[in-house]
Amino acid sequence: MWQSYEMPTSVEEALQALARFDGQAQLIAGGTDLIIELQEGRHTVECLVDVTRIPGLDQIEQQDGWITIGPNVTFRQIKESPLLRDQARALVEAAGTVGALQIQTVATLAGNIASSLPAADGSVALLAFDAEVQVASLAAREWHPVDELFLGPGKSAVDPARQMITAIRFPSPQGRHGSAWERIGRRRALVLPILNCAVSVVLDVEGLIVEGARVGLGPVAPVPFRARDTEDFLAGKPASQETFEQAAQIAAGEAKPRTSVLRASKEYRTRVLPVLVRQSLVRAVDQARERAI
Amino acid sequence: MEDQTVLLAMVVNGKSVEVQIAPDELLVDVLRDRLGLTGTKVGCNEGECGACTVIMEGQAVLSCLIPAMRAQGKQITTIEGLNDGDSLHPLQQAFVEHGAVQCGYCIPGFIMSAKALLDRNAHPTRDEIKEAVAGNLCRCTGYVKILEAIESVAKQDR
Repeated sequence: MWQSYEMPTSVEEALQALARFDGQAQLIAGGTDLIIELQEGRHTVECLVDVTRIPGLDQIEQQDGWITIGPNVTFRQIKESPLLRDQARALVEAAGTVGALQIQTVATLAGNIASSLPAADGSVALLAFDAEVQVASLAAREWHPVDELFLGPGKSAVDPARQMITAIRFPSPQGRHGSAWERIGRRRALVLPILNCAVSVVLDVEGLIVEGARVGLGPVAPVPFRARDTEDFLAGKPASQETFEQAAQIAAGEAKPRTSVLRASKEYRTRVLPVLVRQSLVRAVDQARERAI
Repeated sequence: MEDQTVLLAMVVNGKSVEVQIAPDELLVDVLRDRLGLTGTKVGCNEGECGACTVIMEGQAVLSCLIPAMRAQGKQITTIEGLNDGDSLHPLQQAFVEHGAVQCGYCIPGFIMSAKALLDRNAHPTRDEIKEAVAGNLCRCTGYVKILEAIESVAKQDR
């Protein structure tokens, strides 16, 4: 499957190893998607460059108004992070629905972004937090909004043969904020989602008005989908059941789920989607109201 | 590329081992085919069944998805590492006593997932046990007896 396996100890070394192979090497972190792709022969590489021994890349930090997640942070670390549980509950809940514990232990959020799959739990959850991703090449390190990196199913703007995700960050949520994650699948572990949904809200001080909201959905489009019409509708509305119900219907209108033979029909997905949106809105708003500010 | 081998040094079941492998071998194949530790099973070979679960550095992982070279310098525990060959580990004993084993193929994976849990949390709740073994599939038992077996060990003062 590959002829050499390198374990660099710095980002620079990793990028140089990629450059040496001139497109014939690829980065590997958790590898839970990549190993299967290589086993199935969907693509070939001469060398794997394993980034998991690079020190300092497995931290979750809050500083200067940002929450930053290192590229080697696993879903398990996210799931067990008290900081993220308080500040980004939807991401924590999403991490707990990826595969199963053995997968969560090695799979990384950065790898989830790089895989660019429309149902990717971690990526869909990040859409609810205005996340940005730092991409490093030998020439530069640049920040990109996460949704600009998703080009199509399995097609990412990050080139794993030449570039590396070196950080993921989002603004520390301010004020009366809350977020929630809902997911439906055929089982509760080891399955891809039929649908997933991440919602974050910020309420006014009294907890009565939705000042702003973010809604991420999958798999309802070729890439993780941000429901911008739904977000626009929610801004400035009373945080009421009626609002949630209308928002859920708008989300169902702007999402374009397809029939998949293995998982569910378009009709089923279209009916279930508003339920997930409504449920996550209710939980996100409850969390925001309970927040001590 | 069998001619281009690399040296993998790791600690398996408490013993240092050094083995020449091809750079693209997976951990499960090194354990089974090079070290003869066939207690670790290959079910789906794509990370969906948990039969290949081993403990790496204290955490349950799927050895069919781990490039063997990633184990360089690491501690690995397989089902063979749980006992001395004469007596059974408490988890193994509990699986026998609770009738939690039928065909048995998935059981080493379940036991390794359960051991990783109990090593970190000696008295987990039923929900914590379910979460720990959610990545292990069994097509015979219906899971209830497996959960009961693990729970019985979780309730013991060890």
